[in-house]
Amino acid sequence: MAQDKPRKKVSRRKFLVRAGLGTVGVMAIGTYVFRNPIRREVLEMAETLVPPYSGSGTSANLWFEVLEDNRVRLHSPKVEMGQGAFTGLAQIAADELDVAPGQIEVVAAATDSGVVDAMSTGGSLSIASLWQPLREMAATMREMLKNEAAKQLGADAGSLSTREGIVFSGEGSLTYAEIAAAATEWELPEVPELRAAAQYQYVGKPVQRVDLAPKVFGSPIFGLDAELPGMLHASIIRPEAVGAQLKSLDSKAAADMPGVVKIVELENAVGVVAESYPQALAACRKVKVEWDVPKRWAEEDIRSLLQVGKGDKMVTQKAGKAVSEEDGAVVSLSFTSPIGAHAQLEPNGALAHVEEGKATVVLSTQVVGITRNQVAEALGMKPEQVNVVPTYLGGGFGRRLNTAHAIEAALLSRAVGKPVKYMFTRQEEFQHDTFRPPTHHIVKARLGEDGLLDALEHHYASGDVAIGSLIMPSALHQVLGTDIGAMRGGNIMYDNIPNRRAVQWHTSLPFATSWWRSLGLLANTFAIESMVDEMAMRSGQHPADFRLAHISEEGAGARIKAVIREAVEKAGYSDEVQNGRAMGLAASIDTNSPCAHVVEVSVEAGEIKVHKVTCVLDCGLAVNPDQVRAQCEGSILMGMSAAMHEKMTLHKGELQPTIYGPYQMALMRHAPKEINVYLLQGAEVPLPVGEPPLGPIAAAIGNAVRRLTGQRLTDLPLRMG
Amino acid sequence: MKIAFTINGRAQSVEIEDGNTPLLWVIRDQLNLKGTKFGCGKAACGACTILVDGEAVRCCSYAAKLAEGKQITTIEGLGTRAQPHPVQQAWIEEVVPQCGYCQPGFIMATAALLEKNPAPTDEDIDNNIVNVCRCGTYYRMRKAIHRAAALQAQQVAVNPKNQ
Repeated sequence: MAQDKPRKKVSRRKFLVRAGLGTVGVMAIGTYVFRNPIRREVLEMAETLVPPYSGSGTSANLWFEVLEDNRVRLHSPKVEMGQGAFTGLAQIAADELDVAPGQIEVVAAATDSGVVDAMSTGGSLSIASLWQPLREMAATMREMLKNEAAKQLGADAGSLSTREGIVFSGEGSLTYAEIAAAATEWELPEVPELRAAAQYQYVGKPVQRVDLAPKVFGSPIFGLDAELPGMLHASIIRPEAVGAQLKSLDSKAAADMPGVVKIVELENAVGVVAESYPQALAACRKVKVEWDVPKRWAEEDIRSLLQVGKGDKMVTQKAGKAVSEEDGAVVSLSFTSPIGAHAQLEPNGALAHVEEGKATVVLSTQVVGITRNQVAEALGMKPEQVNVVPTYLGGGFGRRLNTAHAIEAALLSRAVGKPVKYMFTRQEEFQHDTFRPPTHHIVKARLGEDGLLDALEHHYASGDVAIGSLIMPSALHQVLGTDIGAMRGGNIMYDNIPNRRAVQWHTSLPFATSWWRSLGLLANTFAIESMVDEMAMRSGQHPADFRLAHISEEGAGARIKAVIREAVEKAGYSDEVQNGRAMGLAASIDTNSPCAHVVEVSVEAGEIKVHKVTCVLDCGLAVNPDQVRAQCEGSILMGMSAAMHEKMTLHKGELQPTIYGPYQMALMRHAPKEINVYLLQGAEVPLPVGEPPLGPIAAAIGNAVRRLTGQRLTDLPLRMG
Repeated sequence: MKIAFTINGRAQSVEIEDGNTPLLWVIRDQLNLKGTKFGCGKAACGACTILVDGEAVRCCSYAAKLAEGKQITTIEGLGTRAQPHPVQQAWIEEVVPQCGYCQPGFIMATAALLEKNPAPTDEDIDNNIVNVCRCGTYYRMRKAIHRAAALQAQQVAVNPKNQ
């Protein structure tokens, strides 16, 4: 990959004023973005790992509206799924626009606004990817308002100042709303110079989340809260066994159930539309469906398919020589991770209304533009005939990077000629998730005479993560030949080890596997960092010193070393078991954000308990330090949950369990009583934060258990043997 | 059948076809109070927690007919933006929510806990607050629960009638 090319400046945009929004006193500002989106995505991702905001090419992109009450509405191309993006975006815009963050109302852009992100909300990139274009647009808009105010006030634009949504001159002042209301045409200035860090008023401050009140007082902000007049409700029957095909359908008894409007055969599924949701559920139980199940998959089948040495092989990292099988000095350990469910609290669903020549779909989705295109294709419409309205998401975690169920809601709506709200049941969620694939790892290590590693190899097998997904340009797979999602965290960051290998083995499984927060990072880091800690012990060295000795100052090396040093210092790391507790250290770097955790663990009655986590993350510029901390805390809890509790299994062809409880997850009683997060800001721009802190958590816990009990745990979820 | 109850301080009567319909759907779809969430339909996650005569109830698995004559409180009736309930106030001060979907259920479960136990210990919290949060806001929630207890104690001290 080319590392030396400077990032292309996102520019060449024109602003335009859109009329006819149907609101009096509104100024709408948008942009045209001229470029070839796909080509650019591929290049920029390869170069920076930060894909840019990519507009929809030639249509008008509505970003800002100045409202009558002098607030500014920002149509965000990224959705809010808990990550705090709306708050950070409001802060970023506020600093260039000279308004208070509280004056900015952030809404998720519906596709008819023209702000259609051709990629997704994911990869922890909402803030990182919009940092530059959003500031450019906000600054340009501020200058447009000033220029227009200069005309209206008869003043020199250079003499004007702006503050909290007001333009001041010696002669008087005008609010942005007053300026916008009186403007008839706008001059389009060059993108002005952006403000320097010292001038930020809001960026870098722990501004309170903009979505606190609706979330604390129960406002109807989520996909499943949406309603339309005359709306009907739907549930869908899907196969319970993996690979099952619809054989026969008898819906007579169900059709007579109260409230049932229509029963519709869909692609390998049956939709039941009724006047109420309970009626739809009741009718589903009366539908007689037979399925062909060509094979009843078992857990062992998956384990034998998914192994290092099987599937498509790709060397993802190579330095020095490979270790030999016969080399008696090589330590080899095998690790596994299970199938993981997303288990986001808001079930999937969609409210669709298909009318003559147009369709509206309201839903929680991370892929707004893709969902629009999918629905349009299924309905035989043009994309611009379909308006996808994204809501707040009741959790994303990668699950909503595939919201093809919007198609089913649209087909059901078309079949009954009314708006239809379709909701997954929880069983459907668990059986038809796009799971985190299981993994298998073999890690090999050899100590040299100096007590340091002279060889480390990570061989890892995974199901699909990025491959098969709609959001990755397929060209990227051909270029790289590997599953770049499974690869996350798979390469070895210890560049001072002379002989290093990372080898991916990819196998597509018989059920859908895809993006799950942090992708391969959690399991890959578990394997590598468990082994590194094991070798530090065998070498009789301090685990931090041992790690530091294997990292150069090159590239991100200095930043990785800094988080490790800071973590052991802040945690007061000790190798000694004290009061029945031991500490564990692990570190990783993901999307250029290095992170280290030190955990304090005890084992009581065979149960591992995490008491304290010290987390150090280098997140670059922290736009909102409090929300970066919240992402660290959340990543730690979600990572702990996956590392210590969660596991889906295949039993007689069915993915189980299908309900919370049996699908064990971290609850309040499992949460550490102490989580201390320290942020290093080793870059002037914001770096991804929503996933990197997931990386080291499983290994840190495993390493602590090893130091406490002598047992090296190699399988997730971590259970005492 | 017709059932009558009081919800958020208002007398309410609703017509339902089947008395066994979960109360959740009456609240969400008939009364259009969308703050109470559907999470699992099997009382396993707590997203639908409401108060029925002051007790925390997971109403996705609570037959609507059982609501007859009861006092029901949902998140919409707990407090207002102008006068938040101490639990809501504490939630805001600790900046607890991330995605926010499970939060009304946690807030209602906490309100019920504080009614019975105005100063819960960490162990009390562990044993009583057993809803599921996928974003992992537990750490802040625990702080918020202790803060809410303190806020409630202050209110009682200022105005003992509130007790």
